[in-house]
Amino acid sequence: MLDLLASYTVQTVLMGAVLLGLISGALGAFAVLRGQSLLGDTVSHAALPGIALGFLVAGGRDLGAVLIGATLSGGLAALSVMLITMRTRLKPDAALGVVLSVFFALGVVLLSHVQGRSGAAGAGLSTFLFGQAAATLRSDLWMMGGLAGFALGLIALIWKEAKLVSFDPDYARALGLPVARVQAVLTVMVALAIVAGLQMVGVILMVALLIAPAAAARQWARSLAGMVGLSMGFAVAAGVIGALISASARGLATGPVIVLVATAFVLISLAFAPERGLLARALARRARTRSLRADQVLGTIHALARSHDDPAYKAELGMLRTRHRAAARPALQRLTARGLVREVAHPPETTPHWQMTPEGRARAAMLEQGTARDD
Amino acid sequence: MIDAFFASIPAMILTTGLLVGLSGALLGTFLVLRGAAMLTDAISHAIVLGIITVWLLTGHLSGPVQLIGAAVTGVVTVALTHLLQRTQLVRMDTAIGLVFPAMFALGVLLINLNARNVHLDVDSVLLGEIAFVWIDTVPVLGHPVPVATLALAVVFAANLGFVALFWKELKLAVFDPALATALGFAPGLVFYALLSLTSITAVASFEAVGAILFIAFVIVPPATAFLLTRHLTTMLGLAMAIAGFACITGYVLAMLWDVNIGAMMAVMTGAAFVTALTFSPRDGLIARGRARAAEAQGIDSLTLVIHLATHEDTPKAAQENTRTALTRHLGWDEARARAALRRALDAGLVARATPRQDDAPQLLLTPEGRARAATLMAPRVRAAVAK
Repeated sequence: MLDLLASYTVQTVLMGAVLLGLISGALGAFAVLRGQSLLGDTVSHAALPGIALGFLVAGGRDLGAVLIGATLSGGLAALSVMLITMRTRLKPDAALGVVLSVFFALGVVLLSHVQGRSGAAGAGLSTFLFGQAAATLRSDLWMMGGLAGFALGLIALIWKEAKLVSFDPDYARALGLPVARVQAVLTVMVALAIVAGLQMVGVILMVALLIAPAAAARQWARSLAGMVGLSMGFAVAAGVIGALISASARGLATGPVIVLVATAFVLISLAFAPERGLLARALARRARTRSLRADQVLGTIHALARSHDDPAYKAELGMLRTRHRAAARPALQRLTARGLVREVAHPPETTPHWQMTPEGRARAAMLEQGTARDD
Repeated sequence: MIDAFFASIPAMILTTGLLVGLSGALLGTFLVLRGAAMLTDAISHAIVLGIITVWLLTGHLSGPVQLIGAAVTGVVTVALTHLLQRTQLVRMDTAIGLVFPAMFALGVLLINLNARNVHLDVDSVLLGEIAFVWIDTVPVLGHPVPVATLALAVVFAANLGFVALFWKELKLAVFDPALATALGFAPGLVFYALLSLTSITAVASFEAVGAILFIAFVIVPPATAFLLTRHLTTMLGLAMAIAGFACITGYVLAMLWDVNIGAMMAVMTGAAFVTALTFSPRDGLIARGRARAAEAQGIDSLTLVIHLATHEDTPKAAQENTRTALTRHLGWDEARARAALRRALDAGLVARATPRQDDAPQLLLTPEGRARAATLMAPRVRAAVAK
């Protein structure tokens, strides 16, 4: 493990993973909140022709040219989706699918053209499909760092507007905010985030690094700032853990491992997040059911007491069981713990009996009137 | 003659491409109409996991086992997506975006780990190579037929049969799932069957065009046809015609420029889409732009009529009811004023009057124009506008 961390390549990859996590985590949060998860998928596939063009123009594998090309074609794809959605009757997902597949096909055509011309050198291009973390250079880190600084700075600058536009675009419009412009900026930023991940994760899986950390963060956070922060944390962690796993085992591509780690974060969050999580919801439902049963048992004792005209009526366990089955005993224990009933003896009978306490009588009366509060 | 056909590599490549295109268009028509186009994207990525899993279990890379595996993968992908969405913790689009990258990533890793044993690399699954389909053949009635082509022919026949048999059910499930349920047609089941066939077609196609390019063949021709017609049958026929056109032109261009054939075919579906998007007589950008401009002109000409009616028989009529007032008082530019006036003149709502000596040329309302202004300015209309 320490040997691994001492390796120059691994250090570079880890720094890249951290930078990428910061960008994709922050921008992914906005994409998910705005219902643009799949736009990320389209934009990332659509980066391929830009990559090939950047390669053609630069005459080699120059990251700067490739990234500029990818940003341009990704941005063009996003605008095409907007145009098709606004100006035709086609459903948004058809627009996404058309743009995704046609741009990708164009990318493959250009790719095969480049590979046909430059032979082995062109083979380096297909690494952008899945990313090749180990090929990250120190100089690439400067570029990613610049991108991260730019993206985070821009978000900080338009934070208030971005927040309002993400949650309530109609209200934002009524306030006179330039909604369309803010939306365009946020959309272009998705393209930037994807471009940042091309080197490490590749065009096909980059969408997962955008969506998964944000979807995981959404389960824990109660505020936008919290969600963006957590999302960045998850993305960085997924990047670092994924890069380490892939570096320590032979033949595991970095991109897919990072994606699987991020997916694991999502599953854990869906299951265990407080309040929203599946486990928390199941527990809350169980608690509600139990509390309801206890109230029902209390109601039964109350009804028995009334029909015997004896507020201190001692109800026998068997009687309660005929009505409430196996639920009677745990409900009685719960009621006893809350001081609403008490177990009493009723000689000469030997079976246990229960009797309402004054508090129990008060609660039963309130339940009857429908004024009781849930506890 | 028949031997020559099967021995000819170009004929085999074209046939394979056509079969992919036609099969995709058949299913895609319903997927596009249903608004499930992006599920195709999810399925086509997820089958990578299905392909490698079936290979690990059975050792077959193609054949019936793979097709069954594909159907299962497709159903699992969609079911997982729906399951995730039903927790109400994430939206549908996020659910899709979470499920298929995870399945795809797992598939890629499994291929990575077994790279030495499996005759399958990730690039070929993704991109396919239609130019090599003729290498692997089986004899059918004495002719060597490429395996991929044969599988696609079977899948095409199955798709055709499915659409023909369940035409009514598909139509209902696509346009009105609620009514379909009420009538007892189980639109969910039809939908899952459609998606299973989609993933079977994807697996049969991946050797030829790859998993991702397959999306183009499913979505783009139907989306193009959708822009050209509003009838289901016509849309289906057009989609298949467009797919055929894209395959043939794509093949020719790919030969000419020496690029990936499958991808060039997919690009040509895109070219067809852009053409329809621009020039479609009813839904094209040009037609829509014209219609919008005409509508704006119509409104302007009515504004002109109201303007004239307001000032008619008032002392200011001599200045207001003139051509120059349109630019000066209504704030229109020259072109807009000319277009509105021409339209109002053509519609017989307004007439030019011969000018008296030093006055500017007057614009007068015709009786029709006056009647029109009266309707437009009637209290009922005013109240509606005020609301």
